[in-house]
This record gives sequence, structure tokens and C-alpha cells, in this order.
Amino acid sequence: MSDTNQNIKTTPLWEVFIRPRNGLSHKHCGSIHAADAELAIQAARDVYTRRGEGNSIWVIPSAEIVASDPQDQDELFDPAEDKIYRHPTFYDIPEEVGHM
Amino acid sequence: MADQKLKDALFEYLVRLGDDHLILGQRVSECTGHAPMLEEDLALSNVALDMIGQARVLYAYAGEVEGSGRDEDMLAFMRKEHEYHNLMLVEKANKDFAHVVVRQLFFSVQAELLWEALGVSTDKTLAAIAAKAAKEANYHIRHSGEWVIRLGDGTEESAARLMDALHTMAPYIEEMFDNDEVTDLLVEHGIAVEPSSLRASWREKVSEILNLARVDTAILDAVPVKGARSGKHTESMGHILSELQYMQRTYPGCQW
Repeated sequence: MSDTNQNIKTTPLWEVFIRPRNGLSHKHCGSIHAADAELAIQAARDVYTRRGEGNSIWVIPSAEIVASDPQDQDELFDPAEDKIYRHPTFYDIPEEVGHM
Repeated sequence: MADQKLKDALFEYLVRLGDDHLILGQRVSECTGHAPMLEEDLALSNVALDMIGQARVLYAYAGEVEGSGRDEDMLAFMRKEHEYHNLMLVEKANKDFAHVVVRQLFFSVQAELLWEALGVSTDKTLAAIAAKAAKEANYHIRHSGEWVIRLGDGTEESAARLMDALHTMAPYIEEMFDNDEVTDLLVEHGIAVEPSSLRASWREKVSEILNLARVDTAILDAVPVKGARSGKHTESMGHILSELQYMQRTYPGCQW
């Protein structure tokens, strides 16, 4: 029998991304708990694709996700706001080219 | 006369398959709200829905073949216990998660082999049903098989529970591979697959999984219990039917 709390393993949390049937990229749709990768794929399939939501699943251990710190929002993203030259919006697109 | 005999055999065969799926679906649906974790609650509910879905199509076709006006609901809900001809395996109780996955594994490995073979049945309706059902059976094998492996190759407790479940289910294996005059006649006409022809592949596939689960396959060689195709059941059947049939028996013809 395990004697201390440090010996208890918990079932890992995984983040689930699904690519919709006619879509191009996987979108985050939630999370599941699973003991390992194969069970994670199955859990994602069983929990998040009951209504034909997609045809491809990615699962990633939540612990592997590196996220930016919300506190750093200002320094990471504000500088881009006043640099309109980075946007490709100053071209006249001929009608024949169609919607881009 | 021969035509009627063939029709009767086909009806019986379809009802057997329908009953297998209905009763197993009913048993697995008992897990909804009671599974060990949320993900499994959904997974098992999905399995139950797959089973019931297959039962519906089979009963609907059976009713057509019989031609006396019985539809899927009447066949599912309004027969007496001895008129259900399901395998006894599917009646076994949900004693714990190990029992649920072992029962599913044993049944679904057989079901997948059956559906694959029925894909080339001379009966086009049955072949179409088989094509769709095979995909579902594939996933059920994957789900239950992976759990059997993890239970066997897991902790002392999970391995012990797996062994207990295997002991419980093993006597009901042989019955899945019995031939009789019904299957003989249908096999002659290329409609059905001979149950005994599936035994070897079943054994191979299940042994593969048991090996990964670190379980001696000798456990599969239990003394067989039989009789279900002639309407004999375990003592669970009465309890299963009393729940299954309650609403229709109390309010005949009720709909919502």
C-alpha cells in the first residue's frame, strides 16, 4: 500500500483538438483525462465526436502546453497594434482575381 | 414449402442477432451514470447506442421477413422470455468494469468476424447491415481490448478483477460457435455464415490480447454452458426483461 501522498499518481489531463470535416485546422474543443495516448485518442473520440464534429483528432498532455503569461499581454502584443504597414491592405485587387 | 422453411430460418437468424444486440445494449446502458470515470460513461453509452441501433435494423428486417405485421418495437418489447434467443453471454451482469469490458471483448470479436463474413451474404439487406455494423464492432474491440490489456498489465487489483471476469465469461464462449439446422439451411443458401467457422479466428484474436494482458489463455477453456438459441436463459434474463419491457407492458403502444 502506498504510504505518502507523493506516491499517488493521478490520471493525466489532455487537451483535445479536432479538425472539422471540411476544415483545414484543428481547433481546441476541450479536455479529457486518460492514462495514456491510446486511451486519450479514444476518450477524445467518445467525448467530442459524437455528433460528427470532425475527422481528425490531436491530443496533447496538458502539461506539455506552454502558454504565454496573461500578465505579459501588454509587452507581447501592444507593439503590433500601431504598425499598419504590416497589413496587406493597401493593394487594389482587380475584380478578376476575386475574393482574397 | 421449402420457401417457407427458408423464410422461417432467416427470421429466426435475424431475431437471434437482434436479441444478442438488444440485450447486450440494455446491459451496457446500465453503465450510464455509473462508469468509473466521465470518459468511460460516454464511451459505454456510445457502445450501448451502437448495439441498440443494430438491434433496430435487424428487428425491422426480421419483421419484414416474417410479414405478419410485427415491427421492431413489438419484437423488441413484446415477447416472452423463452422467445428471446440471445446468447447467454450478453446477459451476464455488470459486476464491475472488468466484467463489462471482458463481456464486450468476447462478444465484439465474434461480431466483427460475423459481420465481415456476412458482408458477402447473398441477402443484400443483411450484407448492407453487416457493412455498417462491422465498423462499429471494430471500435468496440479496440475499446474493450485496450482496457483488458491495461487491467491485466496493471495493478494487482486490476489483474485480479480481470481474472474474475474472465472466469465468469469463459463458459459462455462456446455457444457463440454452435451450428444448428437454422444456420445449416441459411449457409446452404449463402445467406448466413457458419458459426463454427469463426471459432479459430476468435481464439487467435482474443489470445493476442490476453497475451498482452499477461493472462494465460488456458482460462478460455471452461466447461461450456449452452441452450440460449432454444430460449434457455440465465437467471438474469427475467430481471433484464422486466426493466426493458416495463413501459411497453404498462402502457401498451406508448410513444413519445
